[in-house]
Amino acid sequence: MSIDYTREISVIEGSPSFSAVNELIARPLDEKPDKKFYFALAITLSMLGTGAICLGITFWFGTGVWGLNNPVGWAFDIVNFVFWVGIGHAGTLISAILFLFRQKWRTGIARFAEGMTIFAVMTAGLFPLIHTGRPWLDGYLLPYPNQHHLWVNFTSPLLWDVFAVSTYFTVSFVFWYIGLMPDFANLRDRAKTKIKKIIYSIFSLGWRHSHRHWHHYEMIYLILAGFATPLVLSVHTIVSFDFAVSILPGWHTTIFPPYFVAGAVFSGFAMVQNVLIFIRKIFNMEHIITMDTLEKMNKIMLLTGSMVGYAYGMEFFIAWYGGNPIEFFVFVNRAFGDYAWSYWVMVSCNLLFPQLFWFKKIRTNIKAMFVIGVLVNVGMWFERFVIIVTTLSRDFLPSSWGFFTPTIFDLGILIGSFGLFFTLLLLFTKTLPVVSIAEVKAVLDHAQPKHHHGE
Amino acid sequence: MNDKKLYSITALFNTPDEISKAAEVITNEGYQKYDVNTPYPVHGLSTKMKLKPSTLGYFALVLGLSGAAIALLFMYWSMSIDYPMIIGGKPFFALPAFIPVTFEVTVLMASVGTVLIMLFFFFKLPNNSHPLHDTDYMRKVSNDKFGVSIEAKDPKFDAEKVKQLFSDLGAEQIEEIYYDEDEINHKNKVFEPRFIAFLFVVAIIVAGGTYFMLNKLLFMSPFNFMMEQHRIDPQSKETLFADGFGMRPPVEGTVARGFMPYLYQEEPEKAEMLLSNPLFATEENLKLGQKKYNTFCSPCHGYFGKGDSRLNGQFPNPPSLHSEKIIQWQDGRIYHVINVGQNIMPSYSKQLTENEKWAIVLYIRALQRALNAKEEDLK
Repeated sequence: MSIDYTREISVIEGSPSFSAVNELIARPLDEKPDKKFYFALAITLSMLGTGAICLGITFWFGTGVWGLNNPVGWAFDIVNFVFWVGIGHAGTLISAILFLFRQKWRTGIARFAEGMTIFAVMTAGLFPLIHTGRPWLDGYLLPYPNQHHLWVNFTSPLLWDVFAVSTYFTVSFVFWYIGLMPDFANLRDRAKTKIKKIIYSIFSLGWRHSHRHWHHYEMIYLILAGFATPLVLSVHTIVSFDFAVSILPGWHTTIFPPYFVAGAVFSGFAMVQNVLIFIRKIFNMEHIITMDTLEKMNKIMLLTGSMVGYAYGMEFFIAWYGGNPIEFFVFVNRAFGDYAWSYWVMVSCNLLFPQLFWFKKIRTNIKAMFVIGVLVNVGMWFERFVIIVTTLSRDFLPSSWGFFTPTIFDLGILIGSFGLFFTLLLLFTKTLPVVSIAEVKAVLDHAQPKHHHGE
Repeated sequence: MNDKKLYSITALFNTPDEISKAAEVITNEGYQKYDVNTPYPVHGLSTKMKLKPSTLGYFALVLGLSGAAIALLFMYWSMSIDYPMIIGGKPFFALPAFIPVTFEVTVLMASVGTVLIMLFFFFKLPNNSHPLHDTDYMRKVSNDKFGVSIEAKDPKFDAEKVKQLFSDLGAEQIEEIYYDEDEINHKNKVFEPRFIAFLFVVAIIVAGGTYFMLNKLLFMSPFNFMMEQHRIDPQSKETLFADGFGMRPPVEGTVARGFMPYLYQEEPEKAEMLLSNPLFATEENLKLGQKKYNTFCSPCHGYFGKGDSRLNGQFPNPPSLHSEKIIQWQDGRIYHVINVGQNIMPSYSKQLTENEKWAIVLYIRALQRALNAKEEDLK
């Protein structure tokens, strides 16, 4: 088979007309949800309810109902936090970094991925708040003039986390909203009922598709992408500082920031890929979210998965090469100690299975890539578990070593977090256009003037 | 319809090429108050319309730098001036540890601030009362047409000429847009007093609510349970123990560290003979003695040992410590009285450590000598 490399592959297959694209993306918002939607919502709401009950019990009796105790003071709560923040990294990567790299295939998936970022960060943000044990006191995380005349500790990584996650959420949200504004205007102009028209008018802020506005709009998009790029890299870097800045063997390593960021992108892409496989099928968007797009996402997963695998190897190498017996013990303990099973789940899911993406057949096979995506997320959850729990369970004093076993409440809250994320995602698919209408129109084959090349 | 005020004449085109051409021609004709409306940004239009490069970047730069400065100065002020505290052995102004927060605040200020400036000042949004809204024209450019609209306010505006120009350009549909009542009277006033007042009220409510929540509500029941929890206080009754006392006596037959039993309980003379002060009259020991004397002895004996009690007769005044008898006593005898008590004075053996008792003896000696100073002490 010969491929013409001089011609760019169409981002949107089949050159549909502008109004066809518009109709396809906006129609699901006009229709009443079908039974399948309610069925899915029932499942996610049950999961959310399970989590809510477990959380209520936690608030009533205290965090003692969880499995964590000395020396494992951080367990499921922080594992889930790091996991969900990681999931949230794909969206901004797609919308910002790929935008700067002029990767047009991002347009079909950017809106959805950004939405997933926002929901994932919301889910993640719950965990540190719950983890404090008395969440009604979490206001003290903010530097405000309080009656104790005391400020927050700006030199603590935990406080950096507060700033990093809240900034990330705010900027992602603003980015998302700016992208949504023209689409709100579009929906406003095609709204059939008065109430919809009012709602969309409010959110569109009166956008007029004016080119005098588009002119600045494109600049702000570039500026936001420019800021969001270092931001998305900084967030998981700072999350990794929670561990790397401490002096515990197994945490105190300089490889953590890049390793965490790669892992975050890895798991985020796996989650986005998994969800998009359903979305493109349900909404008949196979020509907008193309197989080519999915294949490119799988390639990014292959890259980041290999980076994570490299980090696993390098950690072991440095533990041996560094000559610190305690550090070496911690790493051997990870692979062969009490939690060895979770370590090998992590290695096989994160390092071995994604390597199958070297084969184009697997990369372009929906079922295969879905299974690998799920495995990647299982693996990435266990990665955080391995890092946090095995390290804490074997600290400096052998007399204080312990073993962590999760309780039913730990598991319930984990299920609840998935429930929250997917509930928000389901509601999103029925309230907002899941693909950016304006952006997709702009990358259709016939969208730009013919005599104008090179942009 | 003609008694209404004309806002603009609009034309619709089908392809990006046509609109690109139209924009170029209209600009070259010298029209200024016109706008092009497209469902998505069409590349090259900015050049055709001769728009100046967007200045938003400068706002982002200034806002970002102010964010960095505000974050750094605030951290410097709070950690070094307002409540200086050494944490983890870092200096008060620990620049490396301030970098993450500085970065985050920079990004936050620059992104959110620039977006707000763009929306409210560059675009003058929100504006849902614009004449173009709710027109067939807007519905079409929202979907798949490319429109251009020349305003009646343009100095070169002439309805017939504009229509001619549009049809020459091959426009598909030419439409006149009129103001309606609301739109004529509408002014987009960001600084309108009512709007400012609204923002002010919102700010007050948010700030007040936050203050109330964090500084008042959390100290009310049931959120104050950590402060109000059940506990055993000294001297309080406690049903938990059989004897009903909250405080526990030492376990039978044990000796607490540093509290060896006193050997000369009934033998003050022996104590005077055998015990001598192990401490030297250093400044440190005298300071300790003064502190403990002021705490334990001075309520009855007075700050200078004159027997001037501060207890207003609730307890009989003790004799002066400056009497001949006590000046003549050896140190061991004073120590004995502290340990055992005398007349109605109770024992202080449990309240004070060995060192503290001897330090008090030193201090009493110093008081005595101060009141009866000899000639040579003045040197």
